[in-house]
Amino acid sequence: MLKTFKLGGVHPAENKLTENKAIEVLPIPKVAYIPFSQHLGAPARALVQKGDAVKTGQLIAKGEAFISANIHSSVSGKVLKVDDVLDASGYKRPAVVIQVEGDEWAEGINRSGEIIREISLGQKEIIQKINEMGVVGLGGATFPSHVKLMVPEGKRADVLIINGVECEPFLTADHRLMLEKGEELIVGVRILMIALGVKKAIIGIENNKPDAISNMKKITGNQEGIDVQALKVKYPQGAEKQLIKALINREVPSGKLPIEVGAVVHNAGTAYAVYEAVQKNKPLVERVVTITGKSVKNPGNFLVRIGTPIAELVEAAGGLPEDTGKVIGGGPMMGKALNSLDVPIIKGTSGILMLPVEESGRNTVLHCIRCSRCVSVCPMGLEPYLLEKLVMFEDFERTEKERVMDCIECGSCHYTCPANRPLLDYIRLGKNKVGAIIRTRSKK
Amino acid sequence: MNDVVIYAVASLGIIGAAAAIILYFVAQKFKVIEDPRIDEVEGALPAANCGGCGFAGCRAFAEALVMKANKEGNLEGLNCPVGGNDVMATVASILNLQVEEQEPLIAVVRCNGSHTNSPKKVIYEGATSCAFAHNLFNGEGGCPYGCLGLGDCVKACAFDAIHINPETGLPEVNDKCVACGACVEACPRDIIELRPKGKKDRRIYVCCINKEKGGPARKNCDVACIGCGKCVKVCPFDAITMENNLAYIDPVKCKLCRKCVPECPTGAIHELNFPLRKLKDDVPVGEMKLEKTEVKASVTIKPDATQDAKEPEGGKENKS
Amino acid sequence: MNLLKVSGSPHVHTDESIKSIMYGVIYAMVPAMLISIYFFGLDAVRVLLISVIACVMIEFLIEKYILKSAVTITDGSGIVTGVLLAFNVPSNLPWWILVIGAIVSIGIAKMSFGGLGKNIFNPALVGRVFMLISFPVQMTSWPIPKPLFAERITDAITGPTPLAIMKEGLSAGKTVSQMMPEIPNYVENLMTGFQGGSMGEVSAFALILGALYMFYRKIITWQIPLSYIGGAVLFSGILWLINPDKFVDPLFHLVTGGMMLGVFYMATDMVSSPMSAKGQILFGAGAGILTILIRVFGAYPEGVSFAILIMNAFVPLIDRGFKPVRFGEVVKS
Repeated sequence: MLKTFKLGGVHPAENKLTENKAIEVLPIPKVAYIPFSQHLGAPARALVQKGDAVKTGQLIAKGEAFISANIHSSVSGKVLKVDDVLDASGYKRPAVVIQVEGDEWAEGINRSGEIIREISLGQKEIIQKINEMGVVGLGGATFPSHVKLMVPEGKRADVLIINGVECEPFLTADHRLMLEKGEELIVGVRILMIALGVKKAIIGIENNKPDAISNMKKITGNQEGIDVQALKVKYPQGAEKQLIKALINREVPSGKLPIEVGAVVHNAGTAYAVYEAVQKNKPLVERVVTITGKSVKNPGNFLVRIGTPIAELVEAAGGLPEDTGKVIGGGPMMGKALNSLDVPIIKGTSGILMLPVEESGRNTVLHCIRCSRCVSVCPMGLEPYLLEKLVMFEDFERTEKERVMDCIECGSCHYTCPANRPLLDYIRLGKNKVGAIIRTRSKK
Repeated sequence: MNDVVIYAVASLGIIGAAAAIILYFVAQKFKVIEDPRIDEVEGALPAANCGGCGFAGCRAFAEALVMKANKEGNLEGLNCPVGGNDVMATVASILNLQVEEQEPLIAVVRCNGSHTNSPKKVIYEGATSCAFAHNLFNGEGGCPYGCLGLGDCVKACAFDAIHINPETGLPEVNDKCVACGACVEACPRDIIELRPKGKKDRRIYVCCINKEKGGPARKNCDVACIGCGKCVKVCPFDAITMENNLAYIDPVKCKLCRKCVPECPTGAIHELNFPLRKLKDDVPVGEMKLEKTEVKASVTIKPDATQDAKEPEGGKENKS
Repeated sequence: MNLLKVSGSPHVHTDESIKSIMYGVIYAMVPAMLISIYFFGLDAVRVLLISVIACVMIEFLIEKYILKSAVTITDGSGIVTGVLLAFNVPSNLPWWILVIGAIVSIGIAKMSFGGLGKNIFNPALVGRVFMLISFPVQMTSWPIPKPLFAERITDAITGPTPLAIMKEGLSAGKTVSQMMPEIPNYVENLMTGFQGGSMGEVSAFALILGALYMFYRKIITWQIPLSYIGGAVLFSGILWLINPDKFVDPLFHLVTGGMMLGVFYMATDMVSSPMSAKGQILFGAGAGILTILIRVFGAYPEGVSFAILIMNAFVPLIDRGFKPVRFGEVVKS
């Protein structure tokens, strides 16, 4: 019996079209758009001005707040302007626009392909390095990684969990990384273990990636403390709290962080980025992005420079299919629908998914028939039908009492609703409103 | 038989009497002493419970009115937007006070990004909630400031005064509006503003709140304010200010002269309920005069305002 | 190029819809329909057709002319109510009583609350109870089943159900063992359906077959059926252990009357049952106990409909009090 989490969960069609496509390197764009806020937390402060020459890997914006991250130039060239560009929502966000000239890297970055297994840095230096290199969680939430590694006073971590689940349908970026860069990834895991001061790490991989599981097992075979665990395929297993529950059967208390139960979760992609940052001195300037969709001509996994316009990536995959009805940044369950292809790839973009028209629309919303499926699939044990109603009637006091803030926005409720109700839309709205209420209350 | 009747009557009578006595003492014990004027004032209020006054309902507002009257002897800052001056006068007479006349207000939708002016670039599907859509994306027309057209204002309105026009996709305010401000609160983009109703319902306002620069603003919408500043220059009363690429007409300073309206290159300044404008050259003097006198009449409250109004008027005559 | 669509996540959706669920329930009722046609012949076909057509037509008329809303008869919920209503009546019921039952079911129990999803009580049960109270004679004269192509065993055309025989005998002062011979071979007959009773409830076997299909399609979950049966067996078992002369054994209760129909098809009605697993267990157990209570101590020989309707009324309360198991519940120490 394979391990998995207990409460709720769904199993959408996996559609891993690109799992056998090796990672290709996407050509460097002509113009790169690098936003200052690619992570959770405060935006970084710009260090360059219009007309400045920048090199690849050069620091161009500094994350100064506690929860923030550095931004590095992903290309070399001249700064065209420091101005607002459209983000994935269509709102303007400050960014650096760089006209690409050649590909000259900043000094001190080791770009050779050799694998450095020896870890020379200590705990403090590693965290410092990860901070400097602007590494953030690459699973999609983009939480600054160095913050996660700093265990707060009075808490203790005893296990590092590496998230190789990739439970989102269609996405295969982490899968490919575990196959092709397994050695480096494991070095990254070891670095993270030192940074956290833990003796044990578990890599959780869903059972639909047997090749990745066997590859990781082969590499870790003779290493102490790193365990590879196959998991039953179930969405949302890649959610932090669910993964901890599945792997070590500990339940993160409501409203608390995983460190409460002694666990820290990092994504497989993050582990690789950590390896590059610490061993190769290479900042986070590129990432693996899956570009996929049933009618895409040439779906694949690409190593893409941050700031590349999505349109160029789409071009590399054979252009936007005629029948495209929706373009999604990320996976189909939690990704964000884009309203334009002119937005850049950022650190958190794990995939670009193009859905054909007939699959992109929402069905007619009917009345709730109280089938209780949303309740039974909710991995957090909430009552989505009730939350939806409460938000509709603006009873935010009760919405909060019904623990709307516990929602991880996995979308299982909406996915499963036979009446096609936009449950998650209203729950998100409720979270937003209740969050604002809580903030004003704590200010008082 | 008689016994039954007597017993029934007697037992019922005793129960009734006992209950009455208990009720009497309980009522005495838990009596709430309340100013009887609160009930009177509440009776005078419209009982809409809309919250437009800033209180939880008409009862709470009545309590606040009476308390203020007792404490400070005036009703400053308290106003029932639904009832308007008449209701406030009644309330004041109940409380033996005088109340200042307030200019009636009306909700104004400051976006004209209809389906034709700001064509759809994407299609939104999901919860019919502006608040949610606002968090999700910039809007179907692409304007990050424009109306999302999902009707949060309509849902908030207790007076059936605002509706989405299906042709334009924009909300329209009708004369049932009492300026309670519920729609202003509900709009996540602050598009709706309460403005003075104006004499004969005549109003001039900038029908856009886009703070982008001219280029990007025009890219998404044909009738956006592009911040060119022409209206500011032409306004004889300094009523128009330009901030963040957006013109704003101060309703207090504006004398409804309509000079800014034809000046606007995108037609973002709207005039409501004015007589049809004649061609520029043959504006009959009589009509111009008429308008001016009206303007004067409508601003008699503040003496210095009339002063302001007079001077530029002279200038205007010189020019023409 | 089409305009791109924008919406919140998730962007994919399960194939399941209200329609597929409703038709799933209808497919699950096919074995019971066939059995009822086998035993009651053309009469069964007549009742089924009248009931279904009446229910769907009434829903259509109300939506089109009274509510003036979108017509939703294609979602299959009207058909489900129609079939269930037919299952709950004797096959010789006059057509006009059936139509009145349909009007009450759809018109009062369903549409007056606002339609599918908003009704508090199970519509088919409301219709049945209304008919039972208003037309007790017609509703309790059950034809004796006559398998197709078989000779009639007795001359009688109608006869009482096993539950009624038992109830009458017991209230006349006889003991259970004295009554048993009058209900020949009940376990076997009741499983196959060779017994008197309402159309759909005669064969426990066919009903369980359909229920298995619903389990497979995940239309129903184990909570309500299991707790219903558990509650009924436990309660009747206790009574039986106390005095086996006065009270019948649990197995008899399980396979007679509308128990199987109620357990798998009516108590599990999504709209009128609780949302959380804990609530569903309470709901089922309560209905089970009430059923036995009414059967043993009440005026009617059968108690399933009343029990479910009573528990339906408690659903809003149960939903408030019984929340699902929360993830990361902070346990007070």
